[in-house]
Order: sequence, then structure tokens, then C-alpha cells
Amino acid sequence: MAETGTLNMIQALNDALDQYMERDEDAVILGEDVGHFGGVFRVTNGLQEKYGSERVFDTPLAEAGIVGMAIGMGLAGLRPIVEIQFADFIFPAFDQIVNELAKYRYRSGGQYAPRVLIRTPYGGGIRGGHYHSQSPEVYFAHTPGLRVVVPSGPYEAKGLLLGALECADPVIFLEPKRIYRAARGEIPLDYYTLPLERARVVRKGEDITLVAWGAMLHTCQEAAALAEGEGYDVELIDLQSLAPYDLRSLVRSVERTGRMVVVHEAPMTCGFGAELVAAVQAAAFDCLKAPLQRVTGFDTPFPYTLEDHYLPSAERITRELARTIEY
Amino acid sequence: MTQPPFQILGEDGSCPDSHRGLLSDDQIEKTLDAMVLNRILDRRLLMLQRQGRLGFWMTSHGEEATIFGVAASLEPEDPIFLSYRELGCLLWREIPLPLIFNQLIGNSRDLCLGRQMPIHYCYREWSIPSVSSPVGTQLPHAAGFGYAARLRGTGRVALAFCGEGTASEGDFHTALNFAGVFSSSSIFVIRNNGYAISTPESVQTAAESLAVRAEGYGIAGYQVDGNDLLAVVNVMREARARAAAGEGPTLIEAMTYRMGAHSTADDPSAYRTEEEEAAWNRLDPYERLKRHARWRGLWDEEAEAAAQAGWEERVVATLAECERHPPPRVETLFEGVLETVSPQLEAQRDAYLADLRRSSTTDIEVP
Repeated sequence: MAETGTLNMIQALNDALDQYMERDEDAVILGEDVGHFGGVFRVTNGLQEKYGSERVFDTPLAEAGIVGMAIGMGLAGLRPIVEIQFADFIFPAFDQIVNELAKYRYRSGGQYAPRVLIRTPYGGGIRGGHYHSQSPEVYFAHTPGLRVVVPSGPYEAKGLLLGALECADPVIFLEPKRIYRAARGEIPLDYYTLPLERARVVRKGEDITLVAWGAMLHTCQEAAALAEGEGYDVELIDLQSLAPYDLRSLVRSVERTGRMVVVHEAPMTCGFGAELVAAVQAAAFDCLKAPLQRVTGFDTPFPYTLEDHYLPSAERITRELARTIEY
Repeated sequence: MTQPPFQILGEDGSCPDSHRGLLSDDQIEKTLDAMVLNRILDRRLLMLQRQGRLGFWMTSHGEEATIFGVAASLEPEDPIFLSYRELGCLLWREIPLPLIFNQLIGNSRDLCLGRQMPIHYCYREWSIPSVSSPVGTQLPHAAGFGYAARLRGTGRVALAFCGEGTASEGDFHTALNFAGVFSSSSIFVIRNNGYAISTPESVQTAAESLAVRAEGYGIAGYQVDGNDLLAVVNVMREARARAAAGEGPTLIEAMTYRMGAHSTADDPSAYRTEEEEAAWNRLDPYERLKRHARWRGLWDEEAEAAAQAGWEERVVATLAECERHPPPRVETLFEGVLETVSPQLEAQRDAYLADLRRSSTTDIEVP
């Protein structure tokens, strides 16, 4: 039996980075405050001390420079791991990510494929207002050439991060900061990877398929429990990878349940739920018993004082589950 | 910076003995030969574009001394992050003409599979990373590559070109700042050719030069006569030696002039005078290098005529050959986005190819 330990998500991510740095001499970590300080959320804690300040280092405060420099390092054969302090601050680097990193392999006919992984804490529920709460996943999921991966707990965080680091593609690794410390679990201390782009069935059920990722998965677990009290049997799926995404698993589930609700924090219009609903209805149209629905943040900027109203709550999700089942 | 830009070549083509050895006689002749080819290509490809046989072209006429001076000062494995107007670097590195033309045409032999507009080159074997249209994005890449080179002790130096217009982009600032902070083995060359399409340099900065910015980044900076090949080489050699020794990056502002239009979609007569063009014409970098060669007793009229005739013939024949290659296979559209084709894209590809196979109006070969 392999050794296990009880870790929260931050510790699991730190462990993954540590083990990867140990294995791959080309791996380099860069970002704001990631060095001596170990990151504002402590994910890179102790790594500079262990691997030196040439492999784990603080940068000037400029996201476009961080990602642009990482691309150059990747072209030279290094394996840069970037931390963008908050996903809300990733936009100065948008051009470098969308026009350079995402397209490099394609536009060079495969001559160059810089392996850059960008980790960034995202999502609400921490009283962070507009600029420490957003969920920017669709901007990246909409860009061919990027992978978008979102863990929902410590086991997934470590396994998916190591899987993403072994992968040759550029990855946007979105870390749900609300559950950084709250999500704890017993996980293997050894090196292990989880496959990217595979959805995970968290809970089996027969009446409806509920899909979420990141912190919303935990809210959905509460909702599924509440729904169970009302007599509804919910199948809960953790999507884990948004680009590419595991349509087959969703379709297989909906073919059985005939119903689906997608939950995300980002605004509804053009959110990733729209993609899932469109793809699932096309693939499973004959099996549907009710319209496919979304429970999401509203089409407003992310609020401060009223964030509990903005974020999908277990009650709101449960109401939608009941409405859809009773349709 | 009130001094005039650094210069070596005299008006009569002479140079001080101390600088004569910067380039050997062979290198001078190789440069002149490549410049002849460069000008033939500028003329021919412009014509091809006008005839509708080429999507786009940008000449480097007038800026060759800067471009060849940089190329001639680097080691073959030093990556050159091109802006877009530096065909001369490919010619100096002797990338075979068919590979260049296949890219311009975007045919099935293009190493990049016809995925980018003409002049968006990429030749890994010759250490030429991929060109992109958003200006300045390549500059932080050079800072990062130069950091990796120093970290691993490879001795390589990353060079990036940009225009004086691009020096206004945020990426210019972050690249030079990062390169300075991390002492990257990098060199940044601004081709200050006076205009960003129609916008004169005076609209880009209130400062007396762009080279003065180096001081703000704590790095070395020079302004050099960009039409003086030896002056460019002299400054470049110093910058390269410093970068390779781990002593940090350099900013070089090469003062030159875009004698042609910005691109095939531009008409410079709308924004600059004939007098200005005539004044720069007298500083034509090819003519100045030719005078220097004659001063050394090289490159007589016969050599020049032979080079011209030889290249004309090869260019015409090679172009004709490259134009015969078919476009890339349609299924390549779906390849190489990620390392493997995603399930989403696979479904899109299969559906599209199935429709193509059924279509009676296409003559495309479908697998």
C-alpha cells in the first residue's frame, strides 16, 4: 500500500510542483512573489530554497512579460511553469497567450512547440470583488491550441497538475482558490498523474445529470444531497478539463437520465455551459426529457457585497434540478 | 544623446585600418552577393504580388546594411526573432530559396503548411523562430530565450528585431526590463526606418532617441548608422560578446530608411516628400558597401553583373518550380493544434471530410 497523507489543495499542488521539479531539470517556476515568499497563496512555498533562485524566481510585475519570457524559455527547451497571481490579472498577457503561445505549434508547422504551463487561482466566494473573483475559462477554452484544466480537490489537483506538466501542450491550469484550504483529503504521497480531458463521475444517479468543475463541484454536491431529500436521484459529473472536454461521458450519462443541468460561476451568456448544452443536445436529442439548463453567475461584473446572490448556491441549483425533473 | 550615430565608412568607401578586419574580403563579397539577391527578390516578388500571384510582400530595400550587419555578427545557432522585414537574415544563413518561396506561396512544401501569410517565416534548422503579425510579441521571447541560454551556459545569444513604431508597444518595455533584470543573453535591434506605415518617428516618442531608453533599463545602448554595414557589425560584435559572457543585454538603434512602401498595401507618396527620399537615396547601403568593396579592390562591375544575372536566372526558375507545387492536403488544416487531435476537432474534421467526399463540385483529393 502506497503511503498517503491528508493534504489540502495548496499542499497537494506544492507537492506536485516539488516532485516535478525534482524529475525535470528543465522545469523552471516564475511569477510574482513565487520565490522566497512562496506565492501569495503559498503554492510555491519552499521551492526556491530547494531548487535555487535560477529555477524558481520572482519577476517584475508584468504579466505579459512573464508569459512572453516563458514562451522564449520554452523555445529554448526549458519547461516553464508560470504563476499568474490572480486569474483576473491574466489579461495583460492575453495577447501572448492567445496569439503566441496557443498558435506556436500550429503556425510553425510543428517545428516549435513551447511547453508552457500557466497556473492561476480563479473564482469567487472569497469577498474579492470584481478583480479577485472572476472565472475567465471560456476565453481560453475558445482559443485553439490551449488546454484548460480545473481541479476540484487535492487528489485531482496533484494528479492533474502532474498530468498537465507531462503533456506537450500549453495548459491554462485554473485553481479554484475558494477551496484551496477547505478541500482536504487523503492522497498518495508518491508521484501519480491523472489523465487530462476525462470527466469524473462523482456520484451515480438516474434522474438528472449535473455537471460542474472547480469550487462549484462542492456546491453541486450539497445540491445533490438536498435534491436527494426531495426524492431526486442526481448524477454528478466533474468535467475537470474544459479544453478538450469529455463529451462522450456527458452523453453517456444524459442518454440514461434524459436531463442535464450545467453549473458555473462565470456569466451565463457565452459561458462554457452554452457549449456543453449545445453539444449534448445535438448528440443525445432523442433521449431528452426536458430542456437542458444552466445555473450560472449573472451577466454582471462580479459583485462584492452581493456575491452570495451572484454565485450559484446549493438552493438555486436544487430548485433548477427539481424544475427540470418535473418539466 | 547629442552625438551623431556611430559610423565607420567614409563617403569615399574608405575605413580606418583599425576597423578593416571587422569583416573579411570574403564576407564583404558574400554580403554584396546576398544584397544583390535581396534586391532582385524585392523587385520580383513585388511584381508577383501586383500580378496577383503572391498574397503579400514587404521590401527591405534601404535597410539591408542593418539586416545583414546583424546576421553577419551572430553565430549560426543564435536564434533571430524576426520582426518581418528581415529577409536578409534568411539569405545570410543560406536557407534554400525553394524553402523561402514555398512559404511565400503557402504550398504543400512549406514547412509551416501554408498556415501563415507570406513573410511569416519559421526555420528551426536555421534558428529562425516563427514570425507573427502582432508587433513586438517576439521581444519578450528573446528575453526568455536569452535567459535560458545563460542559465544553461549554451553560449547562444538571442537576437530580436523590431521597428521604431514597435518600440511604443508594451512588449518592448517588458522585454527590455526583464532582459535587464535577468541579465539575459539577448540583443534588441530597432530598425529605425523613420516610419510606422505612415506615422513618423516623432509620433512614437518625445525623446531625442530610442537608444537612450537603455539607461532606464540599466543595460547598454547604442545608436548606430544603420546604412553603414561595418558600423552595425562593430556594435553588434561588442553586444554579442557581452551577452555571451553573461554580462547582459544590449539595445541597438539602427538609423536607416525604408526606401520602399511599408507593404504592398501602402503608398508612401501620401506621407513623405521626394526630397526626403532623394536624400536617403544618396545613403543607399548597397552603394555604400560597394564603394567600400571597390576601395578594398573587390567586387568590380563584372562581379556585380555576374551576380545579378546568375541570381535573376535562379530566382525565375526556382519560383516557377515552387509555383507548381499543390496546396497543402486539406486534412492538414486539422493537424498540429495540440500534440494530438482533440475529440471535438476530430468530429469536426470527420464531418467535413465526409461532406467533401460526397460533394460533386470539389476536385480536392480527400483521404
